Parts: sequence; C-alpha cells; structure tokens
Amino acid sequence: MSNTRHDVHEPLVRIAKRGEMAAWKMWIIRIAAIFLALLTGAVIILLLGHNPVAVYIDMVTGSLATKTSRVASMKIFIPLLGAAIAIAPAFRMRFWNIGAEGQILAGAIAATYFALFQYRNLARPVLLIVMFLAAAVAGGVWALIPAAFKARFDTNETLFTLMLNYVAVGIVKYLRMGPWRSPTSAGFPKIDMFDQSARLPLLFGVNIGWVLVLVLAVLMYVYIRYTKQGYELTVVGESVNTAKYAGMSVGRIIVRTAFLSGAIAGIVGFLIVSGSAYTLSDTTSGGYGFTAITVAWLAKLNPIVMIIITAFLAILTKGANTIQTNFKIPASASSVLIGLILFFMLGCEFFINFRLIFRKGKKHEVARL
Amino acid sequence: MNPEIAIEMRDITKTFGNVVANNKVCLDVYRGEILALLGENGSGKTTLMNMLSGIYYPDSGQIFIDGKEVTIRSPKDAIELGIGMVHQHFKLVDNLTAAENIILGLKGKGRLNRKKVAEEVLEISRKYGFDINPNKKIYDMSVSEKQTVEIIKVLYRGANILILDEPTAVLTVQETEKLFDILRAMKKDGKAIIIITHKLNEVLALSDRVTVLRKGETVGTVLTRDATVMSLTEMMVGRAVSLNIERPEPVNPQPRLIVNKISCVNKDGVKVLDNVSFIAYSGEILGIAGISGSGQKELLESIAGLVPLSPGSSITYYPEGPDKPVELVGKRPLEIRKLGVALSFVPEDRLGMGLVGSMDLADNMMLRSYAEDRFFTNRKGPRHLAEEVVRQLHVVTPSVSTPVSRLSGGNVQKVLVGREISLAPKVLMTAYAVRGLDINTSYTIYGLLNEQKKNGVAVIYVGEDLDVLLQLCDRILVLCSGRVNGILDARTATREEIGLRMTGAKGGEHHE
Repeated sequence: MSNTRHDVHEPLVRIAKRGEMAAWKMWIIRIAAIFLALLTGAVIILLLGHNPVAVYIDMVTGSLATKTSRVASMKIFIPLLGAAIAIAPAFRMRFWNIGAEGQILAGAIAATYFALFQYRNLARPVLLIVMFLAAAVAGGVWALIPAAFKARFDTNETLFTLMLNYVAVGIVKYLRMGPWRSPTSAGFPKIDMFDQSARLPLLFGVNIGWVLVLVLAVLMYVYIRYTKQGYELTVVGESVNTAKYAGMSVGRIIVRTAFLSGAIAGIVGFLIVSGSAYTLSDTTSGGYGFTAITVAWLAKLNPIVMIIITAFLAILTKGANTIQTNFKIPASASSVLIGLILFFMLGCEFFINFRLIFRKGKKHEVARL
Repeated sequence: MNPEIAIEMRDITKTFGNVVANNKVCLDVYRGEILALLGENGSGKTTLMNMLSGIYYPDSGQIFIDGKEVTIRSPKDAIELGIGMVHQHFKLVDNLTAAENIILGLKGKGRLNRKKVAEEVLEISRKYGFDINPNKKIYDMSVSEKQTVEIIKVLYRGANILILDEPTAVLTVQETEKLFDILRAMKKDGKAIIIITHKLNEVLALSDRVTVLRKGETVGTVLTRDATVMSLTEMMVGRAVSLNIERPEPVNPQPRLIVNKISCVNKDGVKVLDNVSFIAYSGEILGIAGISGSGQKELLESIAGLVPLSPGSSITYYPEGPDKPVELVGKRPLEIRKLGVALSFVPEDRLGMGLVGSMDLADNMMLRSYAEDRFFTNRKGPRHLAEEVVRQLHVVTPSVSTPVSRLSGGNVQKVLVGREISLAPKVLMTAYAVRGLDINTSYTIYGLLNEQKKNGVAVIYVGEDLDVLLQLCDRILVLCSGRVNGILDARTATREEIGLRMTGAKGGEHHE
C-alpha cells in the first residue's frame, strides 16, 4: 500500500479533559502544588548557600511573630485586599480593569487635598468621612472615563485603564513638584505629612482600614451573589447578547459597575494615605493594583476567598523582606520565591481540568514492520 | 481481507471525562459506496468521524485503511491517508479566493502558479459536475458555493474517502439535489463516502447502507433498500415513534400582531429586512421559511425590540379584549413588557442569547423575572419555576443548580422553551426551535407549540425543515433576501414551491 511512511505508533503524551473532580482531590492537588513550589524554592535557596528550612521559618516569624511585623504585614494586607475587591465586579463583568493603580492614586489625590488644605476647617470624624467620600468619587470617575468610552464607542478598556495609570502618576508628580510641594522640604520635593486629624485611628495597633476592607469583602460577596445589580453584571460578563435579550441596558451596567470598581480602588487610595503613608507620593499605589489581579484570579473572583489569598501573599511579601535583611538574600531572589509559588498555584489548575495520558508500552511498531 | 474495504473501524472507544462518547463502535465502508451514519444527538457520530479525520485520538480500538492498520494522530495524517472531512461549520478564509483556499496549507515549491491551480480546480469540477469560479472570493459566495469549495478542497488533496457532516442542513431543496448528483458521481469514481445526517428521507434517497449509532454504541448496519423511515427511526430511538405531527384547526383566530412595512439596515449598511408586512393571528402557527440569513433573525429580533428599524416601520400588538393596541417599534424590551405585551422569544442562539451557559437553571429562569426585583434578587420564585420546568418537560439534569451548558442540546432547549412558555405569552416566537435536536425532543417541542396554539397564542415558527413547516404550520411566509416572497397556505403548498420561492426563482410579486 501507499502509506509506508505512515508509522503506527501512539503519540507519547496526550491531554484529555477530566470529568468532575471531588473537591477534596482538588485541594490535594493545590496543596501539593504549594509544597512543590516550596521544594523548588528550597533548591534555589540551597544554591544561594543557605539552609532552606531556616529561611522558610524566618519568613513566617518575620511576618507574624512580633507586633511590629504583624503591623507591617497588615499594611500590605489592607490595600491588597481592597484592590482585589475593587477588581472583582469589573472582572466578573469581563471589563478588564487593569487601572486600579491609577484609580488608587486618583482616590489618594482627592483624599490628600482635604487632608492638606481643609484639616483646620473640619472636625476629625467629618474630615475623615469627607476624605473617604472624595476618594471614592475620584477613583470612580477615573474608572468611569474608560467605561463610558467602552459603552459608547466600544473602545478597548484594557489599554484605556492601563494608560490612565500613567496619567495619574503624572498628576501626582506635578502636584509634588509644584502646587503641593512642601515649603519646608529643602532638597527632594515632597508633599507634607498629614496632620494628626487626617490620619486614621488605630484598632488593635493597626489602622482601622482592616475592618473596613473585611466589611467590604463581605459586602462585595453579597452584592455579586444576591443583588439585582450583581446579577446584571454577571449576565453582561457572560454574554452581552443575552443581557440585551433580557432587556438590560448594557451600557449603563458597564458604566455603573466600572464606577463601583474604581470607587473601591479610590477608597484603597484613601486607606493608604490616611492609614499608613500619611502623605502622597508617586509610589502610593505601590503596585497593589497589579498584584490584586493575581489575587482576584487565584480567588476565582470570590471576595471571601480573596481574604485568605491576600493574607497568604501579605505574609510571603513581608517574609521575603525579612529574609532579605537577615540572610542577605537579594530582593530579586525573594521575588523569585513568590513568583514560584504563584506559578505553581495557577499552574495546578491545569491538572485539575486535564489529565495526561502517556503512551502504553505496546510494541506496535515492531509488529507492523 | 476484502480488498474493496476502504475503512474499517474496530471497537473504537473514546471518553471525555466521565462521558463515554463512543463505546466499542465498529464501522466499515467500501470503495464506491455511500454510507449514511445515522443517530440522535449525542449518539457519537461526529466524535467517531473526528477520530477518522485526526481531530481526536481514540482511547482504544483499531482503524484500518485499505486493510492496513493505521494511527491517525493529526489532520495531516488523515490527509496523507486520503481521508477528507467536510465540516458542518466551514473553515474558509473569507477574503481569499476559492482557489487560494483550496491550496491553503499545502506544501509547494517555488512560486505559486495560480493559473495551474485554477485549471486543476476546474478539472475536478468538470469531472464531478461542480459549478465553481476558482477566482471568486469567499465573502461573495453563497453557503452552497462555500460548501462546494470545501468539497473540492479535500478532493484536491487527493482524498479517496470523504466524510460530510450534515452537509444538507444549510442547503435549499434544489441545492441538495445538486449535491446528491455530485456525490453519486464520486461514488461512481470509486470513492468511499460517509454522510452524517438527521434527515431520513435523504438517507433513503442517497445512501447504499446505513450504520446507526445510539448512545455511543453501534446499533447495526442495514442495506438502505431494506430500510424505511419507520425502521430507521426505531433503530435510532430504540422504540417505535409516531412520526405524525398534529395540526389542530385554528379556533377563532384574531389579529394579534400586525407587522407593517418594516425595514432594517444592519451595521454594514445592508438592507436585511425590506418592507416586510404580515399579520400573526391568535390560535395559529405562522411558519417562516427562507434560506438561512434571509432576514429571519432580524425579523424576530425587531419584534422583540432588539434591533432598530428604519423610519416608517410599524409593529402593532392587539391585545385580547378592550385594551388599546400598542405600537412596539422604538420601544425597549422592558418597556414592551411593562405595557402588558406578553411576548416570548426562543432565539436561535440558545446559549449565546436565550440563556447564560455558565449559570444554573434557576438563575437562567431569573433572566425573565429579575427586572421586577428591587435591590436584592428573588431566588425562590425562579428556583421553583426551574423545578417545575424540569418536572413537566422531563429535563434531564442532575439538579436545578447545574450550569445549563452542561446539559445536552435538547435539554437546553427544553429549559429555554419552558421558561418562555411559563410567561403565559400571547405571542410566541421561535427560531429554529428543533435545530440539532433528536426526534424525540423535536416532537416534544412540536407538541408544546401546538399546546400554545390551542391556548390562543399567536405562534411564529422560523424553521428550516420544509417537511416540518408543511406539517406543523397553518400558513407559511417565505422570506427571500429580506423580502416577503409569498405567504402560502401550509395545507396546500408543496416543498418545491416553497423551495423556489426561497431562492427567488418563483414569486417575485414584491420584486422591483
């Protein structure tokens, strides 16, 4: 026959879709993934000439053991969780808001205005509430701009929100160098520290922002699951055609949801400037807006799960800082560790959805030749 | 071994997760033969053929081509073995010509000789009786022409074994006849042909043998000359089924919806509806026939308030009793509903428009009720409704909390139709309500529509199977390029007449 070039053998590895998997099996795979990540990390630490066990223990104690370290971990936890919650409704609507950074800054700018220039005119609780509201509106508006363009002209929100990040940074720089420059800072131009009355009060040693983000997480969970608006944004995310068929005004829902998303990011900006930084700078947003995307995906956009993931990441980040100082491990190496763990956690989802089939040891070839 | 055997598939098994799509399926095809592969939805026909064409790889079992065992790991392997598959959904590049599409992906040396390719294409065309212009761009082609390109594409690659997946689903009566002539010519030329289809009369008209699958297993193979519509149906379904569609006489028909001179221009500036007028009566099923893309979708969507219409268009709803008529044009879907217009719509794209695939049954019921909620959603009502639909329409689902995308096509449609009927409509529009459904479910849907008709609902049924349209409907409106090309009495009209009106070959009272 004509097909002599056609050898008879199975492919070496095949990928096949799995059926339903029991929840406990999924968690075993996920835990195994974390374990493998730690193991791979250990190899790297060994290559750097350190004892992996000691390094790992130091990471945990460095982020949780003392009060100072716990406060430092919380300072990462609060904005990160807030930003992840902010992203949740937008992502659920498949509105790829990667502009949380800019929205955080917009909120921070608005809050800072009141902290710097109105603190004498307002009583402390009033001042804080005004800062909170101003931040929410500013962040919301910053997200509303790309949303309105998307609703009206179907522009790409990913690029639009991303670009607005740089605009926000530019505005902060301008304020720092110009109109808001502290008259007392001689060298490097910076913005004044906030007055005591513009700083968030503490609860158990940490600014009360932590209570706020936890409440927000629960509220967002309820909003997405049990409200009419949450239902609408979910339908729009799944299929715009179905939304229209059901009589939803898609444009309005997009704008409304984006505003909500931006407003929460704006509140995060307020929590950073009023809760921990006590001033505004170009780095106020601190990359939380981007890391929050990872958190949101790992949590599958579930705000309650986000709490756990954020706590985990906050501990890792703080721990990585600690081992930097204690073991003189370069900062980049700690980032590699965090990256590894995230990579393994996201990667293991593949094994939850698919299985690999290896070629069986049958001797097809010989028999056919 | 018989030298004439082209393909032999032995004990083929393929599973997807927990679903066994094919379980020890056997099939053989001889050269110079047309084999019809028959089976209900989800019986594993397409899966089996995808393993022949290299898209899937079997879990176990053997495939012999010309008596030699082979392994088909990719579509490339399949082409080398002379197997060509024409898929239900065409895989062509729109802005290339027919000839360019035909040679796309083939290895060649040096410069491309377009003239030579065109000649070769024409030679194949002459041999089997195709009618094609190799230099025509795909976007200028009709569905039938595109299909021709797909068939020539596999022949050009030297295919001796052709697989056609539901090739007549998108063709008119006349085009189907032409295709069958071509397939017979290929058969005479010694090619082995497998045709997947739902349409039993086509199986009887065309094939030599029929292999029937049911639930992923081979039920058996029979000679076509020994088979009848009844016997094949019984093999497919597993028991005897009555194939008569009931058609009760309309009782006291009243004008319910008067569509007057509606026109619609789509995004590309093409007039998709042109001066369409008709009346839908209560207690009647109005069928709408037409080649796909003749304006059916736009017609239903404009009544539902989903597409903007040109000025001068009017759609008026006449409620029962003394209430005033309502003009629907220019109103949004929710406004229409608030005015008390009981309009239900089963769209063509079930999971992309009528339902949300990733949501469960209960949440999908909410699509039609959530608007009345205030801030929090009422989940109890929709859940009860979902349970009711599951019970009454015998929807096969693990629970009402299962995402609808996990259900089979027939059950998805039952969920959608069930929800729309639950709204107690006065006008019920359905687009391709039985497309892709098996015989059993199709008859369930016909029964539901007849029930609505008896309740005095004005039913608008957009369909593609002319036999069904003729048996189920009271009147049939034929659409041709967005225009009404005749409204016929379904009790006296013939397939041929409708077919000719669909292509515009007959009628034309409305032509310029």
